[in-house]
Amino acid sequence: MTETIRFTLNNTPITITVDRERPLLWVIRHDLALTGTKYGCGQGLCGTCTVLVDGSAVRSCQATVGEVADSAVLTIEGLAADNDLHPVQQSFVEHDALQCGYCTPGMILQATSLLNRNPTPGRAEIIDTMENNLCRCGAHNRIVRAIEAAAEKLNGGG
Amino acid sequence: MIERLDISSPTVSISRRDFLKLSATGLIVFFTTGDLALFTGEVDSAPLPSDFNAFLRIGEKGMVQCFTGKIEMGQGVVTSLAQMLADELDVAFEQIEMVMGDTDLCPYDRGTYGSLTTRSFGPALRQAGAEARAVLLELAAKHFAAAVDDLDAEQGEIFIRKRPQRRISYQELTEGTRIEHYVSGTVLPKSPGEFKVMNRARLRADALEKVTGEAEYAADIRLPDMLCARILRPPAHGATLRTLDTSGAESIPGVRVVHDGELVAVLHEKWDMADFALQRIRATFDEPEPHVDTDSIFAHLLEVAPSPSTLAAGGNLAEGERQSQTVVESTYHDGYVAHAPMEPHTATVHYDGNSATIWPSSQTPFPAREEAARTLGLPPEKVRVISPYLGGGFGGKTRNLQVREAARLAKLTGKPVQVAWSREDEFFHDSFRPAAVIQIRSGLDNNRHLNFWDYHVYFAGDRGAEQFYDIAHHRTSSYGGIWGVSSGIHPFAVGAWRAPANNTNTFARESQIDLMAAQAGIDPLDFRLGHLQNRSLKGVLTAAAKRFGWKAAPAPSGLGRGIACGVDAGTWVATVAEVEVDRTSGAVRVTRVVCAQDMGLCVNPEGAAIQMEGCITMGLGYALSEEIRFSGGTIHDNNFDTYEIPRFSWLPKIETVIVDNVDSPPQGGGEPAIITMGGAIANAIFDACGARCYRLPMTPVRVKAALAVSG
Repeated sequence: MTETIRFTLNNTPITITVDRERPLLWVIRHDLALTGTKYGCGQGLCGTCTVLVDGSAVRSCQATVGEVADSAVLTIEGLAADNDLHPVQQSFVEHDALQCGYCTPGMILQATSLLNRNPTPGRAEIIDTMENNLCRCGAHNRIVRAIEAAAEKLNGGG
Repeated sequence: MIERLDISSPTVSISRRDFLKLSATGLIVFFTTGDLALFTGEVDSAPLPSDFNAFLRIGEKGMVQCFTGKIEMGQGVVTSLAQMLADELDVAFEQIEMVMGDTDLCPYDRGTYGSLTTRSFGPALRQAGAEARAVLLELAAKHFAAAVDDLDAEQGEIFIRKRPQRRISYQELTEGTRIEHYVSGTVLPKSPGEFKVMNRARLRADALEKVTGEAEYAADIRLPDMLCARILRPPAHGATLRTLDTSGAESIPGVRVVHDGELVAVLHEKWDMADFALQRIRATFDEPEPHVDTDSIFAHLLEVAPSPSTLAAGGNLAEGERQSQTVVESTYHDGYVAHAPMEPHTATVHYDGNSATIWPSSQTPFPAREEAARTLGLPPEKVRVISPYLGGGFGGKTRNLQVREAARLAKLTGKPVQVAWSREDEFFHDSFRPAAVIQIRSGLDNNRHLNFWDYHVYFAGDRGAEQFYDIAHHRTSSYGGIWGVSSGIHPFAVGAWRAPANNTNTFARESQIDLMAAQAGIDPLDFRLGHLQNRSLKGVLTAAAKRFGWKAAPAPSGLGRGIACGVDAGTWVATVAEVEVDRTSGAVRVTRVVCAQDMGLCVNPEGAAIQMEGCITMGLGYALSEEIRFSGGTIHDNNFDTYEIPRFSWLPKIETVIVDNVDSPPQGGGEPAIITMGGAIANAIFDACGARCYRLPMTPVRVKAALAVSG
């Protein structure tokens, strides 16, 4: 059943007419034509489809578009403000914290969600938060270091 | 820059030779990688053309373009190849543009696998760069009316050494003209002392696109009127369709159902709607009786094994065994393992009746072109394959089954079609690393020296099977391999998996060497060093042990450290792993891994370290958890809930050591460090608690069982 749904996408208010039961992932990739958010498993097991909803990490393959009505959705395309990379993005570049890059948008948004909640996470909390984001290339240790460095930068250090 | 293809007319296609004829001005240097017959068995494809298989183009906007059929899949060659060119040509790294995997623009290449890009393509690329520089120097010599010997180059300009303000850019030298040069081998590439870019750490060149979501993968291609296809899969390999009712799917607006022979597909302009419709298809299948399963496969493999080929032999086995004081006979088992790249197989196809353009996730763009051409009934030159970024390959994206599916559906529907496999499709149609059995009999003489080694490998493949220890009487026999085994051996597809064959062979060999060291009561490192002549291997063993802080003690010492070594893709590697074993649950935690590698000239130490880290991490998976469970053609693991790949909390402290060897040719870097992980962890478990695991993966249940045996 299609209906009109309003939410904020990457800081811009939008209105779309869509079946509210459709997975947010596919509405983003098809209807909103933003392909930075990736499909990985379709069951919320791998985290490649992670987006931020009101600042918190959400598996977009498991959320319906109806569930984000009136919320603020941020995808990887919306993270860099005015062409300046977000500190987490910058830190991933500086630490070579990626290889094939397919899991990277989800990793970056999962990490951003953590830093939104706790700007000074310890290593154990970082690992715990990232645990269900899968990377097959094996960039894990670099990702952890990148997140630690981004946290330092966000807190005025680094 | 190569213009992005205009998607409003996606099949406006120019052939490579037309491209060279019509539009290419500047200096064009053609080169060939020479003998690439090294791994011909791995991918079924046409032989290399003899004229050239890559070229450089220097001129336009001062850019150096390199056109090659290789692809970037995360392994970092887009960076390391550009480093080589920047050095040989004396241009800034930023002036290099790598144009990769476009079958219209790039010459034929078999594909990106076997760790061949750096060790085989790399030297040829450097030679081409060096000769391009020589041609430019000659042009500049004419321009300045000076001798070549008086000239030098930097940052894309040539200048007179004594009057450095007199300079001319490569662009000015080549603008509006067309100069062709075929690499002749007459100029020497630079020596390590002259490197400014190579052998220095460099961050990856594709990172910016990848952290912003701009990097385009095969599923990110959008064409007007494109349909996304979901394909009905049988419940088991070998099952055949009995009844089909597609009415539930067809009643959904916008859905198109295709039923053509064994192919049943549901198409919709949105993937999720096609998937929704697929779930509404009612189908029943006839399934063959399962003959083998996860545990019975090993007896089956021994039963169906063909006669062996002898890979190596020396001395006299019977004589060796007769002289042995101690003989140890072991059997090692390794299960099927999935590639599980984060990006599932995908292909997007545009077909207009006369020609086609394809964006596949593929390690083999040219063979993908052949597959698509056959499917569409077109000559290959009418098919263009463009390679987007690949979301991981690991040897699994070489078969191009999804390319055939998408091409077939594009032809049947008359629309552009994208086939993007679901994760369940990915596990079902993966070409797994084959299950294998290895039997070893080996003996010690009365000096506690290995004096015979009788090695039998069934279906793992040959790579890494030959041992390098100093053993007077030895034989290595291989039964069946990975490729070309007859049907009825494996219940589903198998194929190359990162360092094919070598993980299984190195696990077995290094476990057995450890057993012999324990029998001899000698420290496992000392025992290895006492049986080795090869300086590179001794070098990496010593380097890894030194970094680890290895203290000699026979195993099991209770320290929980294990060592293993091997060679893959020309690179020597040694790994020390340190583990904690929970005796109650059998769970193994790897706390530290030190890996030393001798890969000849290391082009990008940062990139090489990252590849080693990736190998070590992926190796944790096949060592501890990864195994496809199945009954006949039914695959029981079809997503990441039960098929467990390494996660953040599993990660040990990783230390990588690259043994300095700049004067030797570069060797492979994407695979070697994974081969030693099974053996190093097995040996560390033994050292921790005396439990010897003979079967991968070493799950808690199996470690507990091994503990019970060891008492």
